[in-house]
Formats: sequence, structure tokens, C-alpha cells
Amino acid sequence: MDTAHDLLAAQPFLAGLTSAHVDKLASWSKRKTFHAGARLFQEGGRADRFWLIREGHVTLDTQVPGRGNVIVETLGPRAVLGWSWLIPPYRWHFSASAVETTLAVELDGPGVRDLCAQDHDLGYELMSRFVPLVVNRMQNTRMRLLDLYAGPKP
Amino acid sequence: MTTSRYRVRERTIETADTVTLVLTPLDEPIADPLPGQFTMLYAFGVGEVPISVSGRTGAGDIVHTLRCVGAVTKALSTAQCGTTLGLRGPYGTEWGMPDGGDLIIMAGGIGLAPLRPVIRQAIEQRGRYGSVSVLIGARTPGDLLYVGEHDVWRDADIDVRVTVDQAATGWTGHVGVVTTVLDGVAADPAHSTAFLCGPEVMMRFAARALIDRGMAPDAIRVSLERNMRCGVGLCGHCQLGPVLLCRDGPVIGYDRAAPLLDIKEM
Repeated sequence: MDTAHDLLAAQPFLAGLTSAHVDKLASWSKRKTFHAGARLFQEGGRADRFWLIREGHVTLDTQVPGRGNVIVETLGPRAVLGWSWLIPPYRWHFSASAVETTLAVELDGPGVRDLCAQDHDLGYELMSRFVPLVVNRMQNTRMRLLDLYAGPKP
Repeated sequence: MTTSRYRVRERTIETADTVTLVLTPLDEPIADPLPGQFTMLYAFGVGEVPISVSGRTGAGDIVHTLRCVGAVTKALSTAQCGTTLGLRGPYGTEWGMPDGGDLIIMAGGIGLAPLRPVIRQAIEQRGRYGSVSVLIGARTPGDLLYVGEHDVWRDADIDVRVTVDQAATGWTGHVGVVTTVLDGVAADPAHSTAFLCGPEVMMRFAARALIDRGMAPDAIRVSLERNMRCGVGLCGHCQLGPVLLCRDGPVIGYDRAAPLLDIKEM
């Protein structure tokens, strides 16, 4: 069976990290399996972890009055789920559910934050991965705000 | 420039505002359209619009999928079986299938219609190509076109990926912009040809994403749309910089299209 180090080292998101840094992260990680329909977290709840998805898909959703639960994004293999653990007040902005059986590596948010505070090189490496991720998702959101497929205005 | 009469033989409602019409010739049929080409479709007494060919069935039959967005397309999209319409063409450039390599076909909304002939041709000649991926984006699940064909394409060894911008829970497919389903596509960027059709902004983002993955701009083909009137490069209504899209397009390489798309309000 792969060790936590092996699982993390295989994640594209962490490609380029030194073995020592992967080791440090491994001490705050564990493998997780979510069955179809499992709720990973709930909007407003304490954001104290994040996941690197290995297999399966997870949806982010929110409750919209009059429309019920609306899915805002789907994340699949190689995606990172969760960044609210990085930013105070450490609360989830959306809810997340597994669409199908999903395998992931779960990392402890406060533990990784402490690691980053102690080892600024690791902190820099992680931030230089999270910032493009956040920017990319923001750009995708902006693109969807354009509502490109809507018909012309009457 | 002569209009031939065609009769609506079949009418399929695809979505709330989109129908597919199978048109059978009453006069001498127009020449066989190539994938990517369009015809000028005429609702008698209302007007004429350019519509991309989305398929062929039988001898001389032409298939058009069109969305109701104005007076003419409203008349066309509500035309019932037996209605006579006018057709001239085919006009414009074709997608141009490569001899081999991998294919990436990216469609947004109604943009899947002009790409369907490419998908069908890829299936007919499946052995010529490596991976063939079809990435489809739409506003909601209810706006997806040709849903019944997706599994047929998958059965033909096509990697079909569907994503929507908005969905209620219960939708088990992907939610996100069409570029997000590019991850994991098997195509080798150095030996791929991409075909893009959809809203211009979507094509721009998609082309950039493909270039970021290592594709050459001239290996990316886009289908552009402007106000086409004559269809034969005479009236100038569809001019985009030095290009008359009805004659030099609608399909052009992204190496030519990119600088033109950066120009505002041409």
C-alpha cells in the first residue's frame, strides 16, 4: 500500500516539492474515501481541511431560495478541493458532496498552516500553487458571469 | 445565388429555443456541403439567414439545427413539416479534416451544430486518428444538443465530455466552463488539431487554453460568425478586417483569427 508520502508525491498539485517538504505534509495527511452522495462539508461550517482528489468527482453547491440546491462547480481527479482553511474566518463558503465514490488525500488545515508558519519555504511553495488555482477558478467564474450561451437581448 | 426550394421533412425540438430541420429538395438540390460550410436559409416573405449545415441524411437532404433568436429564425424554427423553405449555397470554408493525429472538438451551446459533421466524419474514419475528444459546454442541462447521440459517439471510441454552467442538484454531470473539462484529455498537443465553435469569447478562452497546453495556433480552427448577407463575398456585410467571413470563413485558423478578435466592434 502506498504511504502518505507516496500519495502526496504523486499529486500534480505538489509536483516539484522537495521530499522533505512532502514528508512534513504527509504527517498532516490521510487517505479518505467518500461514497456517492456523502457530504464532505457544509456551507458555514468550520473549514479545517482540504483534499487532493485522486479519483471520482465532487460538486460544490449552495442553497438558492426558490431554486433549491444549485451546483456551482464540479471538481475531479487532480483537483484541489477547499481553500477556505487558508483564509480567516476559516468557514466554508459552499457545501460539497461526492458525486460518485471518490478517493482523496485529506490534509489538516490548521496543521498545514502551522507548518507554513514554521517553514516559510514550504509556505511559499504552497502559496505559489494555491494562488494560481484561486486565480484560475476566479477567471472561470468571471467567464460564467458573462453568461455566454444566453440568447440576444430582446 | 439561385435559391432552391426545400420542404421540411422532419422537425425535431432540441431545446426550448432550438430545433433541427431535415430539408428535402423540391428543385435541383444544392451541391453537397462540406463540414463547416453554411447555407442561406430563406423563410419566404420573412427573410434569409446563414445557418451552418449540421448533417446530411439521404440523397440531397440537408440538416440544419437553428436557434430562435430573431424574426427570421423564429419563422424558420416554427416551420412545420411540409413547409417550403428556400436554400442556397453551400458557402464558405470547411473545417478540413487532418490526415491523422489527435482531434479535439470543443463546442459551446449551438456551436455543436456545425461540429456534428466533423464528429460524424471522425467516427467514419476513426482508424485514421489517435484520440478523439468532444468537449461540450452549455448553459444548463436542458440546453444540451443531440443528447441522444452522445452515447453513440462514446460507443464509437470518442471521449465525450459534457459540462454546463448551471445545474440543480441531481445533475451528475460536470459543472464549470468548457475549458475545465480539457484536463485529462489524451490528445498530444504537438500532434493535434482542434475545432472550436461557440460564442466568440468562449472560443478565445478555449484557444488560449489549448495554446497554453502546447498547441500551435494554426492547428486550432474556429468558426466565426458575422452578419452574412450575400454569402459570396460581394456585399461586405461580414467583413472582419481583411477577411470576408462568408467567403474566407466561417472556418479559419486561430493564427489568423486571433488578431482580428482583439479588434473591438468591427
